[in-house]
Amino acid sequence: MPYEPVLLARINKPDSGRLEGYRADGGYATVERVLKEKKPADVIAQVKDSGLRGRGGAGFPCGLKWTFLPKDHPGPIYLCVNADESEPCTYNNRILMEKDPHQVLEGIMLACYAIKSQKAFFYVRYEYGDAFRSLESAVNEMYAAGLLGKNILGSGFDLDIVLHRGAGAYICGEETGLIESLEGKRAWPRIKPPFPAIEGAFRKPTIVNNVETLACVTQIMTRGIDWFKSLGVPPDPKNPRDAGSYGPKLYTIAGHVEKPCCVELPMGVTVRDLVEKHGGGVWKGRKAKSVNPGGLSMGYVRCDAKLKDSDLTEYDIPLDFNGPGKVGCLGLGTAAVTVIDDQTSMIDVLHNTCQFFAHESCGQCTPCREGTGWMLKITDRLRRGLGRKEDLDILIDVGDRIGIMPGTTICGLADGAGWPVKTAIRKFRDEFEAAIKSGAKSKYAKSLAVAAH
Amino acid sequence: MPALSPELREKIKAYIPKYPRKQAVTLPALHLVHDELRTVSNEAIVEIAEILELHPSEVHDTMTFYAFFKGEGEKLGTTRLWVCRGLACMLRGAYELIEHCEGKLGVHCGQTTADGKITLEFAECIGACDGAPACLVNDKHAMNITPEKADALIQELKLK
Ligand SMILES: Cc1cc2nc3c(=O)[nH]c(=O)nc-3n(C[C@H](O)[C@H](O)[C@H](O)COP(=O)(O)O)c2cc1C
Ligand code: SF4
Ligand code: FES
Repeated sequence: MPYEPVLLARINKPDSGRLEGYRADGGYATVERVLKEKKPADVIAQVKDSGLRGRGGAGFPCGLKWTFLPKDHPGPIYLCVNADESEPCTYNNRILMEKDPHQVLEGIMLACYAIKSQKAFFYVRYEYGDAFRSLESAVNEMYAAGLLGKNILGSGFDLDIVLHRGAGAYICGEETGLIESLEGKRAWPRIKPPFPAIEGAFRKPTIVNNVETLACVTQIMTRGIDWFKSLGVPPDPKNPRDAGSYGPKLYTIAGHVEKPCCVELPMGVTVRDLVEKHGGGVWKGRKAKSVNPGGLSMGYVRCDAKLKDSDLTEYDIPLDFNGPGKVGCLGLGTAAVTVIDDQTSMIDVLHNTCQFFAHESCGQCTPCREGTGWMLKITDRLRRGLGRKEDLDILIDVGDRIGIMPGTTICGLADGAGWPVKTAIRKFRDEFEAAIKSGAKSKYAKSLAVAAH
Repeated sequence: MPALSPELREKIKAYIPKYPRKQAVTLPALHLVHDELRTVSNEAIVEIAEILELHPSEVHDTMTFYAFFKGEGEKLGTTRLWVCRGLACMLRGAYELIEHCEGKLGVHCGQTTADGKITLEFAECIGACDGAPACLVNDKHAMNITPEKADALIQELKLK
């Protein structure tokens, strides 16, 4: 039986973004019932017990995060909805916001009721103009229908949602960078602790959640814990710290496939199945050489590398919260899968990756600001055919030293900059060494447009 | 003559009640001014700061963090055309597309055509990778942009 989508169930319907259509499909019945029958603590308990982990990249258990808010706080408490979605090759939040904004907005209502927040700031990256307008008209419909504002549906619950547009900076996706940006400052991530739950937006307790996480909240409160737990992968019994990978997930497929698309599947589909069955296979009848399994920060998989004691290769890893980590990648990330065919140079791929992080480092921490710059300079040298033997070890060394994990930076952008470098060079060292030896130039080496920055 | 019209001031002020602090209106204000005047001049910064009860240097500091805004002495064309250079787009021809557009428009990324119609920019991933190579026309996605489609798009924008 093919999996029947839930989060994406409505996206191909005509007028899927309108309140009327959402209501006709049972929309807002859940929040109406919850406001009547449940206490905020019941909502937190249900989300916590479902095992929902954040979809924004870090995979932190959602309900647990909500319990970190101070008890009996006089308020205000804020929810920040993270729709900065700038991790390269990721676009699932965009589809939810453009095509079914009310599903996300109902999730915001439920979350705010649970955490006793009367105000949600919805931070949308500037590049998502269509998503922004779709949300704007949906929010207006909600006010007109009494679903936002004071004393919603006679329940005594008040809520306002403020839509806020970014201005083209990746770092605004980091939760404290987002908060600083919302406050009207440069988006410099904050040193933690204090975490936002204790001191967040406007120095008040704040929860930051991703758009897809909130769409899952709507479905968990509608369909229940058992439904959510019937999908995905239970915790690894050999790993006491694994919280499992339950529920459906939106996977986006991009790059060298016949049919780039966003699909919803139970957590744990393999890279191979995703590409071959859902992405229409590698384009032009070619083979996959490498895959980026979850946004550039996660690093690279080598498709023909055998897994230990098995006939399978890295192409067969499952995309749950643990899968990519087993082959040296940082994690599941945003579950955005980008395929690189066998006629593409890994040097060009890595240079492109380094170009992104050097451009987006906020510059606050020296190892990140300088390290991303060096990595770009060195990979640029490699693609010009001027690489030196020692360059590869320098790249790995820089990659190993920058980030919150080695403890040299404030935020995870630097870890995300290091991981693709380490994984690409460790896994494709043969190709990098051959290029250095032969002095071969990239086909893009002369392209001024890109080299200039 | 003030840089901001009374209408623009009212639009900025309308954002103030939405936030617990006036400084949070900085980005909305910059967007309003930038959209309408195609630049945020030093004078406009001073006037925004007055409305939000900030020092102009605070507004300037925030504005310049986001390379997005054009400041004193720079001006956007009628349309801002961004070509994505992110990985998914690169894999499907983005670098060639950037070169093509630069050639066609006779400007480098970051520059505006002499007739003031189009400002060309490169962008990091714009989240339209299912339509790579992708462009952003002001804030709307244009997907699967071949050189021919780019030419047609440019022709259309030249008429605006
Ligand atoms: C550099 C960087 C960029 C990030 N970008 C995003 C983003 O665009 N969207 C997002 O939801 N989370 C992003 N995150 C993760 C957020 O910091 C945060 O963990 C997340 O929004 C929490 O929501 P969740 O628990 O619902 O996943 C980013 C993190 C880092 C370090
Ligand atoms: S790690 Fe990089 S992006 Fe993050 S705060 Fe430091 S300099 Fe900024
Ligand atoms: S890489 Fe161009 S839209 Fe994502």
